[in-house]
Amino acid sequence: MSKIPATRQGHRPVAIVGFSQNHSVRSDSTSNEVEMLLPVIHDVFDRAGLTKDEIGFICSGSTDYLIGGPFSFVTALDAIGVWPPKSESHVEMDGAWALYEAFVRLQEGDLDTALVYGFGKSSLGDLDEIFNLQLDPYTMAPLHPDLVSLAALQARAVIDQGLGTEEDFARIAARSRRDAMNNPFAQIKRDDDVATLMSEPYLVSPLRRHCLPPISDGASAIILAAGEKAFDYAEHPAWITGIDHRIETHAFGARNLAVSTSTAKAGAIAGVGEGHVDVAELLTPFAHQELIVKAALGLADSVSINPSGGPLSANPLMSGGLNRLGEAAQAILDGRATRTVAHATGGPLLQQNLVCVLEGA
Amino acid sequence: MANRVAVIGIGQTHHRSKREDVSIAGLVREAAQRALDDAGCTWADIDAVVVGKAPDMFEGIMMPEHYLAAALGAVGKPMFRVHTAGSVGGSTALVAAHLVAAGLHQRVLTVAFEKQSDSDAMWALSVPQPFSAPLLAGAGGYFAPIIRAYMRRSGAPNDVGMRVAVKDRLQALKNPYAHLHLPDISMKMVEESVLLWDPLHYLESCPSSDGAAAMVLGSEQAATVAESATGRRPAWVHGMAMRSEPTMFAGRDQVNPQAGRDCAKDVYAQAGITNPRAELDCAEVYVPFSWYEPMWLENLGFAAQGEGWKLTESGATALDGGDIPWNCSGGVLSSNPIGASGMLRFLEAALQVRGMAGEHQVEGARKALGHAYGGGAQFFAMWIVGSERPN
Amino acid sequence: MSDQTYVTSDPRGSITQLATPSRLEYFFTAGTSLSKNLRGYQRGQFIGQRCPVCSKVYVPSRGSCPVDGVALTEEVELKNTGTVTTFCVVNVPFAGQSIKIPYIAGQILLDGANLSFMGLIQECELEEVRMGMRVEAVWVDKEDLVPSLASVKYFRPTGEPDAAYETYQEYL
Repeated sequence: MSKIPATRQGHRPVAIVGFSQNHSVRSDSTSNEVEMLLPVIHDVFDRAGLTKDEIGFICSGSTDYLIGGPFSFVTALDAIGVWPPKSESHVEMDGAWALYEAFVRLQEGDLDTALVYGFGKSSLGDLDEIFNLQLDPYTMAPLHPDLVSLAALQARAVIDQGLGTEEDFARIAARSRRDAMNNPFAQIKRDDDVATLMSEPYLVSPLRRHCLPPISDGASAIILAAGEKAFDYAEHPAWITGIDHRIETHAFGARNLAVSTSTAKAGAIAGVGEGHVDVAELLTPFAHQELIVKAALGLADSVSINPSGGPLSANPLMSGGLNRLGEAAQAILDGRATRTVAHATGGPLLQQNLVCVLEGA
Repeated sequence: MANRVAVIGIGQTHHRSKREDVSIAGLVREAAQRALDDAGCTWADIDAVVVGKAPDMFEGIMMPEHYLAAALGAVGKPMFRVHTAGSVGGSTALVAAHLVAAGLHQRVLTVAFEKQSDSDAMWALSVPQPFSAPLLAGAGGYFAPIIRAYMRRSGAPNDVGMRVAVKDRLQALKNPYAHLHLPDISMKMVEESVLLWDPLHYLESCPSSDGAAAMVLGSEQAATVAESATGRRPAWVHGMAMRSEPTMFAGRDQVNPQAGRDCAKDVYAQAGITNPRAELDCAEVYVPFSWYEPMWLENLGFAAQGEGWKLTESGATALDGGDIPWNCSGGVLSSNPIGASGMLRFLEAALQVRGMAGEHQVEGARKALGHAYGGGAQFFAMWIVGSERPN
Repeated sequence: MSDQTYVTSDPRGSITQLATPSRLEYFFTAGTSLSKNLRGYQRGQFIGQRCPVCSKVYVPSRGSCPVDGVALTEEVELKNTGTVTTFCVVNVPFAGQSIKIPYIAGQILLDGANLSFMGLIQECELEEVRMGMRVEAVWVDKEDLVPSLASVKYFRPTGEPDAAYETYQEYL
């Protein structure tokens, strides 16, 4: 009898048994969304050693406004080959939430496996213009704040409340890009010293260019399997022992931007603090956001944060959160870690957050 | 293994071509508040919120659920956003129902909406794409050729679609929430309306509506609490299923898609139904263009292949005198807030088995089908609800 | 934000609508597979692709076989002729429309292809169009050919006898 760790919330045990991502690039001008997904889907099936016919449920995450047309997910289905027809769903959210839907769907016992994927090409349009449409249409969008200026407001709040310094931001950026040198899928890999980074001019004070994520095209996929079945596909399945997500108000003026209450709540429910954490993969695309999420999750300084390089070295929208889950799981699948944490975010300035605890046997 | 799921609260807005009196937040809150009132609970009793709508371009707001979080009482709770094209209202209800079935939550609020007057849906559906001819003229332009193929395949007389158009509008007169109230509707009036997408007349097509739908889905325990507080009985979910197939591939049966047949088979098996026409008391089926009634009658197993139109022609699907009334609420042909249209089907089916459908109630309805489809008739979502608690 | 307009149709003077014109520009990626098809248009040819698993020929292709989920590899040059499997006559005006209504939108199954696509049918009276009608592509002048479907002006009847229903019914 194989060992399956106990789940915190009484869930049926579900594990990540395969993860695949493509190499994030600034602009993948030779592949459309289907072609970007195809190799990832084939690779994740190969890694888990199964075929599409064995999949019980499919769920994806993407957004129409990145593609510039309605129904971005419809043609993407062509990369899977959903024939005969499959039980399939889509969220207009990061793929991390598609994983959550699949996780929920596997709870009832009638299905044992799921394919989850996320994809997005950020290179097709002007992200400032696109994401402006995500703001309150009556009171905020008309002011047309750009993404970096909004992030700078948050970074300023972090500094003013004594929760971090510009030098902390630079240290986080330097560490991320250095760690990315060991990640074949990362986009920005370099070995910078903090003093050099600090000498850069401000882009929007207090943010310098190194505090920002790159713009990335990317896709990724994960296979989930429930119960004993997980051992058919992986030697060391990464078991989801706790998972939760929460949202806050959209109104920036109504929340303290320097703290993330939704992350803290999701983290507590997922049980982050109930054991040691080897690795935490956090979807914190702006350097200062790592400090906010790290504090909300109560992670010790000894925890290895974003050893993959994280979103500061590759930031594919709509699959970035799924990548965090994948990277945190891969550490367990490879036998490098026994307990890891993944975090994903959605909405402007960390409005919505998902936290997942993964454990090996 | 799954926990039982009950529909304990139902709410919808009055659907109109323009709801100028409310913002999007006001619109969704109107439906949600009615659902909470019906369930006898407050915002604080809700554990999670699941929102669905069709493409964001319909209103011009990207992922509007973020801005709606506070209006829907979701702050501090899990909030989820589903988008599966036209089937989204149905899929959203199913995602919410699975949260309860999985035992994660006691009460989940699910809301779907569209405020089509805020933008131009025809434009949003026909955004010129550089790699295809700029011919597509909204959903009607997509489905009219498929309808023509059905007419050819089944040999149905040309007036069957018009019969559906009249029947559903007459039924809508009994639904105070319906968008279209056309007391003078007649075969002649439909025939004389513009042929927008030949063979489809203007009055054989759905309207463009602003509106929202909401439900509170609860566990068995939540259902007991709600019933004792309000005296209103819940609808119980007896089966739920989703199926998808690719938009286009060689040899695809577009008239009678396999995904729809498989989805129906799955949901019937869960509910123990072998003969849907005999065992169901009514159905709320996504019929945005009149001819989709006979087409889905076949696809869903209410009639043999090629025979669906005969059921429509015989009056079997009418609330007045039919043995298997379809779309007693007036259906999508009478109200079409796109993202909410699928949820309205699910919600109307639940109203029927709760005996709360008012003037359009099917007497003694005990089991009903809610159905939605989307994309190129490739995404399907269905549930069966009943007045009795399932085994 | 400067071109924002407000509408007040409420007697109490509340703002009932706030119009915010928005403009987004996108650079679409055709992808490797569709590029072959588009280069074909530039030469005045229909280029399809065959699935290595099921052998079906797709034109245009988005890059994979929707049934088998594998990349399409083999290029197939298709004829200029095909069959109208089904159609509708569009008589509805909408924003951004570029063709004068009423017009015929037909599903065209090119000879040798296993998937139909939507094409404009002209040089044909509205009452003349029918399922099974044989058509051919009319291309723009050689110097105007571009890597897009815009190179195909429209399809027109060839005058051949109609295709038998059995030959195209599986494509409906």
